[in-house]
Amino acid sequence: MILNGAVAREEQLLSVDRVSVSLAGREVLREVSFVIGPGEFTGLIGANGAGKTTLFRVILGLQAPDHGRVLVAGQPRSRRNPQIGYVPQKFLLDPDTPLRTRDLVALGIDAHRFGVAMPSRARRARVEEMLDAVDARGFADQRVGNLSGGEQQRVLIAHALIARPRLLLLDEPLANLDLRSGHEVVTLLARIAAEQQVAILISAHDMNPLLAAMDHIVYLAAGRAASGTTDEVVRTPVLSALYGHHVDVLRVHGRVLVVAGAAGELAETSDPSHTQTQVEIIS
Amino acid sequence: MPGQLLALRRSSTGSGDADVFTGFMVNAWTVGSIVALVAGLVGFFTVLRGSAFAAHAIPNGSFAGAAGAVLIGVNTLIGLGAFAFLGALGIGVLGRRGRPDVATALTLVAMLATGALFLSLSNEYAPEVYSLLFGEILGVSTSQLAPTIALAILSAAAMILFYRPLMLSSLLPDVAEARGIPAFRMQLAFLAVVALATTMTVPVVGTLLIFSLMIGPPAAARSFTDKPHHAMALSVLIALLTVWAAIALSYQTNYPVGFYVGTISAAVYAIGRGYGAWKRHATSVGVPPAARGARGKRGLDWNAG
Amino acid sequence: MTGVLAALIAPGFFSSQPVQIAATVGAIVALVAGAVGVFTVLRGQSFAGEALGDIGTTGESGAFLIGVGALWGLAAISVAAAAVMELIGIQRPRGRDLATGIVLGASLGLAALFLYLYNVDQSASGATFTILFGSPFALASSTIPLVIAFAALALTLIAVLFRPLLLCSLSPELAAARGIPVRAIGAAYLLALAVTVALAASTIGTILSTALIVGPAATALRLTRSPGKAVIVAAAIGIGAMWLGILLAYDSYNWPPQQHGWPVSFFVVTLILAGYLLAGLAQFRGRRARARSAAGVASLEHRVG
Repeated sequence: MILNGAVAREEQLLSVDRVSVSLAGREVLREVSFVIGPGEFTGLIGANGAGKTTLFRVILGLQAPDHGRVLVAGQPRSRRNPQIGYVPQKFLLDPDTPLRTRDLVALGIDAHRFGVAMPSRARRARVEEMLDAVDARGFADQRVGNLSGGEQQRVLIAHALIARPRLLLLDEPLANLDLRSGHEVVTLLARIAAEQQVAILISAHDMNPLLAAMDHIVYLAAGRAASGTTDEVVRTPVLSALYGHHVDVLRVHGRVLVVAGAAGELAETSDPSHTQTQVEIIS
Repeated sequence: MPGQLLALRRSSTGSGDADVFTGFMVNAWTVGSIVALVAGLVGFFTVLRGSAFAAHAIPNGSFAGAAGAVLIGVNTLIGLGAFAFLGALGIGVLGRRGRPDVATALTLVAMLATGALFLSLSNEYAPEVYSLLFGEILGVSTSQLAPTIALAILSAAAMILFYRPLMLSSLLPDVAEARGIPAFRMQLAFLAVVALATTMTVPVVGTLLIFSLMIGPPAAARSFTDKPHHAMALSVLIALLTVWAAIALSYQTNYPVGFYVGTISAAVYAIGRGYGAWKRHATSVGVPPAARGARGKRGLDWNAG
Repeated sequence: MTGVLAALIAPGFFSSQPVQIAATVGAIVALVAGAVGVFTVLRGQSFAGEALGDIGTTGESGAFLIGVGALWGLAAISVAAAAVMELIGIQRPRGRDLATGIVLGASLGLAALFLYLYNVDQSASGATFTILFGSPFALASSTIPLVIAFAALALTLIAVLFRPLLLCSLSPELAAARGIPVRAIGAAYLLALAVTVALAASTIGTILSTALIVGPAATALRLTRSPGKAVIVAAAIGIGAMWLGILLAYDSYNWPPQQHGWPVSFFVVTLILAGYLLAGLAQFRGRRARARSAAGVASLEHRVG
């Protein structure tokens, strides 16, 4: 079900076309379809286990779909696609690792090439430009193993961005960040999308931090997806059809809450103070 | 062989220190320097990837190849090389789906057990066991020099060639995979270079030496610099200094070179860690507690560390 | 039926005293190794297990020269080495392996010095050799009480520490949060490992020591999620592999070409490796057949236990 109207094929940066994936006998994704145009900010929303990571793996070419296909700028997805940049949630590097922020960003330029990079003014300038873009000047010479969660995110974004992708995929960047760092990251990404015409696809289990920045949403539930603008998709009838049972969409003080009935799976809640309640909040 | 060398040394000590750079010692200095170069380069990635165990298992397991070579009557170098690469393959393949340390341990014991079998099938001990383990760098003959240098150049070139993709794959395997740098292939490539470096050095300097040089100096180097290129160069430099000191001390005291390499490597590692700890203490002491978790103008970062 | 058994079991097997001793000692060692091994695999410290074996035996060859009994000398050196590893005090697995490697390198260096100082000539390198490759099965029945004592010590340590050790191994942060002294527990584990390695290496050799600690435990952990069950399964696999290996070695006495049998270590290691691989296959098939829970894949990186 695609709800975002007719975008001309040639303009579509990413086209996910009826992708289905089964893992270990379980159907994880079922006929998932959506498109992303240049410079758009899209949120991939779904609870843990809903298939967000699997979908990312398919888009990145790490997992072949059982059915369906992925087109990047009209062409079938190839093994290495420089047009898509990937930003993982975090990295696990210890403070002993001899690598500074600027070194990790520089590595993003051409890590796939053999040999050692020859230092040049052009390279240095490009790295400086990226460091400015993500506001990382303050810790540019720090060892990456010493960075905080929010700083790590920004370095990873710069690393991906320096290769000049047209689409940036971010895997749950907000999951380990406090509210303020998360807000900073979202603002940064929105600015990047607008200024550099880089499309953003960001996965999350809570759509609320993204509401202000999102143009479109791809909502994953029960292996299926509904995509379109937030107003089109995040509505009671649409989500109920998606889940296969009745859910209510409540808007409270600008926040969106998706509330399931008594039956159904307990899902992750965005607010950790709500541990066990009668109502499962899947916002 | 060691007995003859001891006699040689004892008889020549009377003529002064100039002799330390002449005769058979020239070969020792040359080979030692080459080994240090390769160990520094390969060791940089060994430490980065946390592959200390593999760096021990591959040379030690390749012993079995030497025994096998004796059994079928070919050059021990061929046996060493074959088993070194088999070891690399085993660790890589088993480690793909299993825990890496388990894969390394099982590959190692499999090779050693096979070596035990080879030995029982022949009536002879594998040759120069002592030297395979502890090395006889002071006894390196000129004929061994050329193949050693050739393999060394190959190993060093391979490490330089793989530098960029291996760096990314070692640091951010997910991101590298997404960029078309397969983690598994990089692991195999890296282990193959370790096998190559091993094959070349074990006959001349023994497993102890190559292993210590691939661990200690690179581990120390990380404490002294933040920059990756510098860390790699420093690994080589520290390895060179270690080997030179070991050769010089061994010449002077007649104690085995392996003893000095093992202990000096441990010493530089300790110095590196001490320096690192001191630096960490020094930088955090001067900063007021409220801002300690912050960087630049960010203010309080609730998510520090 | 008796015809089949007679074909499989060479005559005199059950009545042979060396076989009986080997089977008894082997079973005791396999039992302890299985228990300690489960934690070794969970903590990713296979390298420590292997290194302690190398350190202990090469050091012990030195201790033997100054007249200390084999098991006690080995145990003392293993424990000392373990203490040094613990003092270096790194908690992260990669850093821990690095520290293990450094201690190994330094220890082997010291062993080289020892062998030199006590004027060990080339023929005694055979001792070094058997230490690395051999599986000394010529055990006297008088060693059994001492073996049981050491085994009991290691098992008691593990049993007493079972729950906190489990938590520390699986999630150190959670353990620390609950007030468990993670470092002390880690040190106690290392002590148990050192005792186990000393026991195993002095009775059945270093190859089998590492193999029995790592292999059956890794196999058991592939078959069951419960650590308690894994200990039992690991012990069972270890004992089974030992007994079957002994049997095959006994049977091979008349096999070509040397007419003195193939080494026990070869058979046991082959069986353990085969078990590990089969368990991996079963695990793979089991995953495909079963429907997975909604836990899903947490990150893009495939790392399987």
